[in-house]
Amino acid sequence: MRDLACERGGRLVYDGLSFSLKGGEALVLTGPNGAGKSSLLRQLAGLLDVVRGEIALEGGDPERTPGEQAHYVGHLDALKPSMSVAETIAFWRVFFGSIPQGAETALEALGLLHLADLPVAYLSAGQRRRLSLARLIAVPRPIWLLDEPTVALDAASVARLVRLMKGHLGQGGMIVAATHLDLGLENEKTLRLGAEVVA
Amino acid sequence: MMRAFLALLARDLRLAVRLGGGGGMAVFFFLIVISLLPLGIGPDRALLAKVAPGMLWVALLLAALLTLDRLFQADYEDGSLDLLTMGALPLELIVVAKALGHWLTTGLPLVVAAPLLGVLLNLPGEAYPPMMAAMLIGTPALSFLGAIGAALTVGIRRGGLLASLLVLPFYIPVLIFGVGAADATAGGFSGEAGRQSLALLGAVALASLVLGPLGGAAALRANLR
Repeated sequence: MRDLACERGGRLVYDGLSFSLKGGEALVLTGPNGAGKSSLLRQLAGLLDVVRGEIALEGGDPERTPGEQAHYVGHLDALKPSMSVAETIAFWRVFFGSIPQGAETALEALGLLHLADLPVAYLSAGQRRRLSLARLIAVPRPIWLLDEPTVALDAASVARLVRLMKGHLGQGGMIVAATHLDLGLENEKTLRLGAEVVA
Repeated sequence: MMRAFLALLARDLRLAVRLGGGGGMAVFFFLIVISLLPLGIGPDRALLAKVAPGMLWVALLLAALLTLDRLFQADYEDGSLDLLTMGALPLELIVVAKALGHWLTTGLPLVVAAPLLGVLLNLPGEAYPPMMAAMLIGTPALSFLGAIGAALTVGIRRGGLLASLLVLPFYIPVLIFGVGAADATAGGFSGEAGRQSLALLGAVALASLVLGPLGGAAALRANLR
């Protein structure tokens, strides 16, 4: 990614932002509220127009945009209250080109298997967040874009998420995460937005 | 890609059935508007029979509009729409799946209810087959044209009224040819005017099947980014 700029509501949020990420590496975005962490993630996911600069993925599927090879877990959980936990995961598996069977692995990984038949309406905030995160496991995609993934999670769930993130990096995946929490990942780069200091 | 399309359609149908509200509410709205008419116009059976096709069509348009505003809004508000655009399914086909889902859950039940309500308005017996044919051909156009309005107003809270104002003018051809096909003077399937109306209605429906997804997808892109 080179020289990326973002404009929101006519205001330039960031400009001249460049970074690169190799397989197995994670980038942690930090910075004060409004620095553009979420906007950057949405640009990477292809959900926000790129004003200037470019986002390129080397070695990916050339037929698909980077966004189509990425998972985006944002503040909105994209869950339907009247669908059950298992149905939700099965739907996303089929929609993203997988088979509906095998969703249990993803639920198991996030500790949701015992809730599989429960409608999403009865889940707590942390359980909803875990169900959103279960998509990461349910459909394999090389890039994970996580916007504050630990919000509403208890300590055990955060540890579980960190384990999954490490597993993903271990398989050569990439993660870009905006978080205020130190996740303790290896191969971790930090990009501080709003202060223009890249460490 | 086909499987993703069917998965989305199946999800929408399932949500519509579980949440209720959509198709059932539109049918009840249709029923109430039609049953109000004899009270307003008076029990003149000849007059009712004369205005029946037009009234049925106008009430059907309004009932179909009633459920349109939530077509994309629910998915937009909970972030599902973002994720849907990150799949391999093009946005145009997402619009097709959602419009088709709307037709199956709203348009089709309205068409099924229409002959029963025709009785309330003393619709002449020979007008039923052409009216049903016209409604079957015309209602998909309502869903697909409506998708453009729903997509344009997706980011606006309480955008339903605005969507209706935007979409209703585009429903005029459907209304004119739909009523034309069922009109007593048109002669139904055997009359020249009736057949022409049905053919033109078919043309409108086919055009909207193409324009709806293209326009809807363009409007969604503009709203999402």
